[in-house]
Amino acid sequence: MTAVATAPTVQAASEGAVKTKKLVIIDYSGELEKTWATMILTSTAAAMEMEVSVFVTFWGLQTFVKDKKRITGQNWMQKMMSFMQRPGASHRHLSQMNFLGMGPWMMFKLAKKYNVSKPKDLLEMSQALGVKFYPCQMTMDMFGLKREDMIDGMEEPVGAATALQLMTEADSTLFI
Amino acid sequence: MGNLDIKLKVDASGLSCPLPILKAAQGVKTIAPGELMEVIATDPGSVKDFAAWAGSTGNALVESDSADGKYRFVFRHK
Repeated sequence: MTAVATAPTVQAASEGAVKTKKLVIIDYSGELEKTWATMILTSTAAAMEMEVSVFVTFWGLQTFVKDKKRITGQNWMQKMMSFMQRPGASHRHLSQMNFLGMGPWMMFKLAKKYNVSKPKDLLEMSQALGVKFYPCQMTMDMFGLKREDMIDGMEEPVGAATALQLMTEADSTLFI
Repeated sequence: MGNLDIKLKVDASGLSCPLPILKAAQGVKTIAPGELMEVIATDPGSVKDFAAWAGSTGNALVESDSADGKYRFVFRHK
């Protein structure tokens, strides 16, 4: 047996109270690989006992629509938008090499082979670990999304001012 | 090594980042402050990751070693 992992920070941190660090993510893109990165970071940050808030806006909102919803929106344009790309955490497209779904299919195959959790699982773990997801009211209105279209456990919808307040008070902010 | 009083064993063998950390975080909540949790992982990245996790959460890494591609960590719940 050989010794591993001797980090000086461990000792220092274990001696006194650790200040709670705050992470804010603006979840904007809704693309598969970026959503994956978001969910890895939110779940891990929460596991590291950071306070994590995610402002969900524009295409990011599509990730948080219930998987079983097929068409969302009230008018034909909003419905058309949801028809062109199916909403839900399990139906994200890749930004590159999507190839009509071949790319995501291969990504999920590889993830399974290497025991990597899917974005949907990591999203559920994030929620269980207390990550707060704030939907953007303005984009919800624009896409015609209702609260009942969205997954359970999200915070009340907020606006840009709340997002900015979260960002200025955070130790780290990411726009993904 | 020796005769540590391990309260909880978490097996994260075969799991990729960030699952070993998530399993440890879930596990440590189930034991009382001062009690020990042992985590086994096979992800080489988990060595540095668990040091970072201990530093961030304050759950002290009291022992760690590796053998045959397995990494073992013992944490004391803060």
